[in-house]
Amino acid sequence: MTTASAGAKLLKGATGDWEVVIGLEVHAQVTSKAKLFSGASTEFGGEPNAHVSLVDAAMPGMLPVINRECVAQAVRTGLALKALINKRSTFDRKNYFYPDLPQGYQISQYKSPIVGEGEILVDLTPDYSIKVGIERLHLEQDAGKSVHDLSPTMSFVDLNRSGVALMEIVSKPDMRSADEAKAYVSKLRTILRYIGSCDGDMEKGNLRADVNVSVRRPGAPFGTRCEIKNVNSIRFIGQAIDTEARRQIEIIEDGGTIKQETRLFDPVRGETRSMRSKEEAHDYRYFPDPDLLPLEFDDEWIDALSAYLPELPDVKKARFIADYKLSAYDASVIVAERETADFFESAVNHGGVKRDAKAVANWLMGDLSAQANAQGVGVVDAGLSAASLATLVDLIGEGVISGKIAKDLLVMLLGPDRGADPRSLVEARGLKQVTDVGAIDSAVDAVIAANPDKAEQAKTKPGMLGWFVGQVMKATGGKANPQAVSDALKARLGL
Amino acid sequence: MTDLTSLTLADARDQLKSRAISSVELTRAHLAAIERARGLNAFVAVTVDKALAMAEASDARLAKGEGGALEGLPIGIKDLYATEGVHTQACSHILDGFRPEYESTVTANLWRDGAVMLGKLNMDEFAMGSSNETSYYGPVASPWLPPNWSADQARAALGDKGKRGLLAPGGSSGGSSSAVAAHLCLAATASDTGGSIRQPAAFTGIVGIKPTYGRCSRWGMVAFASSLDQAGPLARTVRDAAIMLRSMAGPDAKDSTCSTEPVPDYEAAVGRSVKGLTIGVPKEYRLDGMNPEIEALWAKGAEWLRAAGAKVVDVSLPNTRHALPAYYIVAPAEASSNLARYDGVRYGLREPASEIVDLYEKTRARGFGAEVRRRLMIGTYVLSAGYYDAYYVRAQKIRTLIKRDFEIAFANGVDAILTPATPSAAFAIGDKSSADPVEMYLNDVFTVTVNMAGLPGIVTPAGLSAEGLPLGLQLIGRPFDEETLFAIGAALEQAAGRTKLPAPWWA
Repeated sequence: MTTASAGAKLLKGATGDWEVVIGLEVHAQVTSKAKLFSGASTEFGGEPNAHVSLVDAAMPGMLPVINRECVAQAVRTGLALKALINKRSTFDRKNYFYPDLPQGYQISQYKSPIVGEGEILVDLTPDYSIKVGIERLHLEQDAGKSVHDLSPTMSFVDLNRSGVALMEIVSKPDMRSADEAKAYVSKLRTILRYIGSCDGDMEKGNLRADVNVSVRRPGAPFGTRCEIKNVNSIRFIGQAIDTEARRQIEIIEDGGTIKQETRLFDPVRGETRSMRSKEEAHDYRYFPDPDLLPLEFDDEWIDALSAYLPELPDVKKARFIADYKLSAYDASVIVAERETADFFESAVNHGGVKRDAKAVANWLMGDLSAQANAQGVGVVDAGLSAASLATLVDLIGEGVISGKIAKDLLVMLLGPDRGADPRSLVEARGLKQVTDVGAIDSAVDAVIAANPDKAEQAKTKPGMLGWFVGQVMKATGGKANPQAVSDALKARLGL
Repeated sequence: MTDLTSLTLADARDQLKSRAISSVELTRAHLAAIERARGLNAFVAVTVDKALAMAEASDARLAKGEGGALEGLPIGIKDLYATEGVHTQACSHILDGFRPEYESTVTANLWRDGAVMLGKLNMDEFAMGSSNETSYYGPVASPWLPPNWSADQARAALGDKGKRGLLAPGGSSGGSSSAVAAHLCLAATASDTGGSIRQPAAFTGIVGIKPTYGRCSRWGMVAFASSLDQAGPLARTVRDAAIMLRSMAGPDAKDSTCSTEPVPDYEAAVGRSVKGLTIGVPKEYRLDGMNPEIEALWAKGAEWLRAAGAKVVDVSLPNTRHALPAYYIVAPAEASSNLARYDGVRYGLREPASEIVDLYEKTRARGFGAEVRRRLMIGTYVLSAGYYDAYYVRAQKIRTLIKRDFEIAFANGVDAILTPATPSAAFAIGDKSSADPVEMYLNDVFTVTVNMAGLPGIVTPAGLSAEGLPLGLQLIGRPFDEETLFAIGAALEQAAGRTKLPAPWWA
């Protein structure tokens, strides 16, 4: 970890520099077949109120029963955040009235959360990272959804989400810029996806953040913070922070003071708006939920969960740098998604042979990634198997095809020849590189003969060689070995 | 009262088994008794067709020599229990028209064992009350005659909606106690958050047991105060209560607070000798200005047990006096949250309104009665920021101390603790309804400690007051030691003799 100059992160105001202080409360939907306290399905996109149990609808006399899998997911997440796991935690009721909250309270963990302090290493550049502290992680129920736009006089309520398990992951106020906050959320998302405790799908609202922002003069104590509720994309998180910090700086510079309040970010207008002031804040009347016993488990259970945790992104990145000699940048990009990292490794090691990892990385991050983007899918879903990528790299390494042909080959493999074996395809299509010296020589001779004046110029301007290589490659349909062509040209032109 | 309704549950069970009687005739006799006793207002719904269908099915099973522990026995169900497709409103206006699609665990256990449902019983609204006067469906009269009243006078008062002057059957399980005492059913389910099984038992001269917290599942019981609520039976004999509880109790994965302990054969404990048992008498239950009749009854109870071979010792439960105030913080606090779901959005009453806050306010103002509203406000207040530590947290500390008092007494070798059940015999309907609510709350002074500590408590009839009204005694046991309570309760029952109900003036 290195410390970049602090000045770079400061915001300029009319009266001097300001430092932004950011803390995040991320709500991550727990990946689980059933809800936190009922057996109802958590499937997304069902008909309204199709996944609602008697418990979720808060029918009289219904009682919550904790879903063990959700607890396991929270513990796994805690372990991945290098956090303290609390073997005893309790559930509290947060009381407020809202139509999409059928019980009239949300079951949450207020006093003693399942996971305590931890930390995340957040990469800002390949060689600059910061540590962001985790304050706590707790389990809680999601609410349902109120729908206000179906009727002019009525609102509708969809309880499909009601009771779905959420992990609220609270950071310490350790971030000092929108970029740091964005990097924190994407790193957190990467970790959650690695261990499979949350799919991180922000479009579906499965990962969303409440953003706490305050500003201060460098070195001064914390300023008064405002909380921006429910921001649902990483880009918007950045925009909301910048917008809110600017708003606060302007107020203070105009001689005003910041009121602690809850605000909403409007990405269309690019502004934050007051939702409710501290005075209007709900009195949630938290108290221990008498329907639930304290949540208790032992070290053995934690150890069992720990044993099945996958290699986490930081460890994987370090290993990729050490074992495959990847650059920090390449390693960061490849480990960002677990599937990509796995794909990379199986391509590098395909067939029990360790091949040029840098070449695999280049293809993965270059052409394959571009093709996948064009298809609108991830690299692993573009249609090329790790084995095929390995073969493609092998074919280049063995001199069977040129890099140029390899690009064409990739397009074929992702398109009309999807699923084909690259080696057979090269054979069948006659894409093999020409290394036959005789054939290359005659092509070289033909090009020189057709361009006598240029051949003359080349003798004094060696830079012309590239043009000749290009012409010969064109004449051979790209199949000639470029090195052999270059050698032959040098000899003939007397360079 | 016909011969069939005069049977105890145990006798009826034996006669059904021997095919001396049929469940259909037994059920018809009770349905007829219910019809004649409409004036008592004990039932809020009578499920005639269901009762007869269940009775027929029972008879068919009995004919094949099959059937469960309660096969063919007609019983009543407190309106607090969810019964599929049947009136379930906890006697509140706010649950108007609510008929659940599910069956509570306790009632499902009863039907599993062959019991026959006669209908739903009146109760204080959401079990908040000690006289059944807070019911949306009106007060229930006890079948006991008010002192110096003639049967005609009482019959006339039954016609009056307010039933003023007639005796309260206790509460909140007033419909259950009245119906059992008046022989409208062989036994009934009840529930007890602060004394709602035991006080009605004492007022109507019957037996009621609140088992250990967690002994019966709360799933499908309309919640009042989750950490205190517990199901239990009301019956006319200790044996009948033991038979009922065995069927009602048991593990339930749907209730996290329900015990996984297997249920013993409680009936086997009835008649077990009490010789050698140690009975504690707590001095802190001797209140200033205590009714001398109650005090004398208590001493007599101790004497009976001594005569039966038990050792009676003084014990101290020093935190007793804090129990009632602490209870009236904890119970309303939990209720204020538990009853938040009655908002007019999904089921029950909905008062028309143009926007949501208005809908909440109108629905809850009109749907809840005065006593429920009072407790919801108390509960909301004690949980509020700035008051939470002063009220709720302190009340929970007191609760821990009360629990510890009992633990120490039991650790010192006491097998059960004998106390009065109520500060007085039954009072008249209307007598306390307009007074300071605290006067009503004082009815629970001997019973709330048991809920606060999560212990089992049984009330058995112990005789009549000078005015001829039933009085009860309470026994408090170790956690999950209901068997000892049934054994000692049966000894008290035997010593006290059966109290005799007046001729059925209400029919």
